[in-house]
Amino acid sequence: MLANMSPKKNPMPEQDPLVRNKNFEEVSKGYTKEMAMDEAGRCLNCKAKPCVSGCPVNVRIPEFIHAVAEGDFDGAYEIITSTNRLPAICGRVCPQESQCEGKCVRGKNGEPVGIGRLERFVADWHMENGKEAVKAPVSNGHKVAIIGSGPSGLSCAGDLAKEGYDVTIFEAFHNAGGVLVYGIPEFRLPKAIVRREIENLKAMGVKVETNTIIGRTVSVDELFHQGFEAVYIGSGAGLPQFMHIPGESLLGVYSANEYLTRINLMKAYKDGYDTPIAKSKAVAVIGGGNVAMDAARCAKRMGAETVYIVYRRSEEELPARAEEVHHAKEEEIIFRLLNAPVEIHGDDKGRVCDMECVEMELGEPDASGRRRPIEKKGSNFKLDVDTVIVAIGTSPNPLIKSTTEGLEANKKGCIVADDAGATTREGVFAGGDAVTGAATVIMAMGAGKKAAESIKAYIASKQ
Amino acid sequence: MYQIVTKRRLNDIVTLMEVAAPAVAAKAQPGQFIMFRLDELGERVPLTISGYDRDKGTIEIIFQHMGRSTKMLAQMEEGDYISDFVGPLGKPSNFEGMKKVCVVGGGVGCAIGYPAAKALHDMGVEVDMIAGFKNKDIVILEDEMRAACDNLYLTTDDGSYGEKGFVTDKLKSLLESGKGYDTVFAIGPVIMMKFVSAVTKPFGVHTVVSLNPIMIDGTGMCGGCRVTVGGETKFACVDGPEFDGHKVDFDELMKRNAFYKEQEQKAGEHICRLTGGVRVG
Ligand SMILES: Cc1cc2nc3c(=O)[nH]c(=O)nc-3n(C[C@H](O)[C@H](O)[C@H](O)COP(=O)(O)OP(=O)(O)OC[C@H]3O[C@@H](n4cnc5c(N)ncnc54)[C@H](O)[C@@H]3O)c2cc1C
Ligand SMILES: Cc1cc2nc3c(=O)[nH]c(=O)nc-3n(C[C@H](O)[C@H](O)[C@H](O)COP(=O)(O)OP(=O)(O)OC[C@H]3O[C@@H](n4cnc5c(N)ncnc54)[C@H](O)[C@@H]3O)c2cc1C
Ligand code: SF4
Ligand code: SF4
Ligand code: FES
Repeated sequence: MLANMSPKKNPMPEQDPLVRNKNFEEVSKGYTKEMAMDEAGRCLNCKAKPCVSGCPVNVRIPEFIHAVAEGDFDGAYEIITSTNRLPAICGRVCPQESQCEGKCVRGKNGEPVGIGRLERFVADWHMENGKEAVKAPVSNGHKVAIIGSGPSGLSCAGDLAKEGYDVTIFEAFHNAGGVLVYGIPEFRLPKAIVRREIENLKAMGVKVETNTIIGRTVSVDELFHQGFEAVYIGSGAGLPQFMHIPGESLLGVYSANEYLTRINLMKAYKDGYDTPIAKSKAVAVIGGGNVAMDAARCAKRMGAETVYIVYRRSEEELPARAEEVHHAKEEEIIFRLLNAPVEIHGDDKGRVCDMECVEMELGEPDASGRRRPIEKKGSNFKLDVDTVIVAIGTSPNPLIKSTTEGLEANKKGCIVADDAGATTREGVFAGGDAVTGAATVIMAMGAGKKAAESIKAYIASKQ
Repeated sequence: MYQIVTKRRLNDIVTLMEVAAPAVAAKAQPGQFIMFRLDELGERVPLTISGYDRDKGTIEIIFQHMGRSTKMLAQMEEGDYISDFVGPLGKPSNFEGMKKVCVVGGGVGCAIGYPAAKALHDMGVEVDMIAGFKNKDIVILEDEMRAACDNLYLTTDDGSYGEKGFVTDKLKSLLESGKGYDTVFAIGPVIMMKFVSAVTKPFGVHTVVSLNPIMIDGTGMCGGCRVTVGGETKFACVDGPEFDGHKVDFDELMKRNAFYKEQEQKAGEHICRLTGGVRVG
């Protein structure tokens, strides 16, 4: 078969930017069968498979793409899911440009193969057309507790349940899914997809106990007393950071976590839900990552006329997925790069009325290897906004660490775990954002997968 | 799902419920709270744990019919189910070293102060309680409170029952008469806690207040409940809800609590007229 030598990816069908910035329906519509097969034809089936090494869970990329090219979508699905449980999610949210696609040889001379788009296509196709029903395997009687129902908890649970372990997921919130349900908005990741993955796990026999806060409702020690032989901590990095500048307690200043939770988990955007949220006209979102992009795009969809992204470095350093930055710009989000907030001002009722910023320039590289932003003295100016959303990062919640004897965390509050997920406490494993600090869905999944292997070995060693 | 096992109207605007939540009941301690969500469309609303029964596996809550969520909850009956009920949240009260305590409750706050008084009383601490209400008609839990302390002082704003005046007036006269409390617990509307703290300050009496900012998750992940205490930002759901009343910025808290007032008021009117309240069985 002759490769498709087009230098460009098949474009993704998308909602028009000025239509979609007023609704919460998914931005990207996904490839058709024809587009997928055409795109698959761009893969050169390289012997060295650089793309595979770029993927944190080593999806067998050329193999699955080859199956797509042949029109064998079931086969492609099987190949992907042999290493990645949640392709419908990863295909949508992985930062492909710095992972799989970043290593693709086609990217040297044009655009890389649309690996993420193909992965999404295969998963969506399977969701609609897949036949085999999920079955609960025969139980092996070994009980494992998973704390947190984000991607790392879900993947750990899935890998264990598949082999008959008796798995219970404990989730603090009333819905399972972690950041996938409370953080990442519907227009980027439809919640029906997450719900389906959780239903699949339940069909495999996994129990999901929502409204259960480990460290409050039940402690890790009590889980062992209840007969769980091992515990996996996938509790994420949910603690919001603030900037500690004057004015952060004014009305209309939100952490991105609060703003996004109100909208995504508590559905403030939908009629009929009781959740209140600010009716903003002009919004400044501080930060440049995925969280900031999501908050800004939500604010626009909630009716704000003007939405700024205020980021203290330059475009090059924006940590968000390239696609999200591109989409945000199309949706008329205004980027104020090399700007940093100094103080938020309020009116006599304590409501935000503007945010004072200062211009920055880039100096020498700092410890992170990125050029350090330096304030330009006297360049202060004001942005007229009524809402400020702080999206400058999160760290792990100290609750589990502080209620579990013998569990160590580092200075940043991240639980200490080795490569295999073992913590300093016997029988307790951890992974995902709880260990690394805020990272990515696929890294969290990979960690959950590795820990599942370690848990199997640990339980076997105890027999 | 969490079943309502008993329901008792304490007055026109305050209801007591016992809810079956064995895991929460097994852990609950005075000073902690739960969050409930009525159904898929509901908000997450925090309520103090006013009592618990570890054997029965139930949690007692007492709430004022404030807005949409609490009004709808008040319309549910024994045997009905609440979709979500999570806890116990927040830090338990720290009673260490207390010998002579005055618990000051305002309105529905009395219901929250009462378990603290009871716990202290059971520990052998000398407890006085000042319970203030607007008028005679809304006095709640009088017998329970009386049994949980050495001296109960009841006040009403209009003098229709007990002594006429505010709880702060009573507290001030007790302090002036040389009662020598080592701690005052103040629980009620923010404005009341602010004035109680102002009254105790010149006497140098350690004052604990139980703060009630707007909350979302109750686990420290949103920062919506932040309050300024001693110049530092604290998350009331995990660092509190009890704080040193002499250090709290009450004015800021009052402003923050009023943020959604207009939206909430509209929503509150909406339920009475349209659905009559209950959305789920
Ligand atoms: C708004 C936003 C957008 C993002 N966009 C992207 C993206 O596009 N691509 C990407 O790859 N990554 C993205 N990320 C990052 C990614 O979502 C996270 O790295 C990933 O979800 C981490 O997974 P996790 O399983 O470790 O934790 P989480 O997803 O955070 O899940 C942890 C779960 O544990 C629960 N929990 C916490 N403490 C307890 C407790 N004590 N008891 C019981 N349960 C508890 C929490 O409620 C939560 O449900 C984004 C993050 C956010 C916030
Ligand atoms: C830790 C904690 C413990 C609490 N314990 C109790 C309790 O035991 N009994 C009880 O009756 N209430 C308690 N509250 C207060 C209760 O959670 C609120 O009144 C809640 O908002 C009622 O919800 P609603 O939907 O019925 O009213 P809403 O529609 O939310 O509010 C009605 C009105 O009250 C204002 N408001 C909203 N939240 C608060 C708040 N937190 N404090 C003061 N005013 C507010 C709104 O602006 C509006 O004007 C507690 C709050 C906290 C944070
Ligand atoms: S899981 Fe993510 S990184 Fe791996 S191939 Fe799929 S999209 Fe690429
Ligand atoms: S590097 Fe690109 S072209 Fe080569 S096998 Fe991987 S996806 Fe195909
Ligand atoms: S309620 Fe969200 S941090 Fe306290």
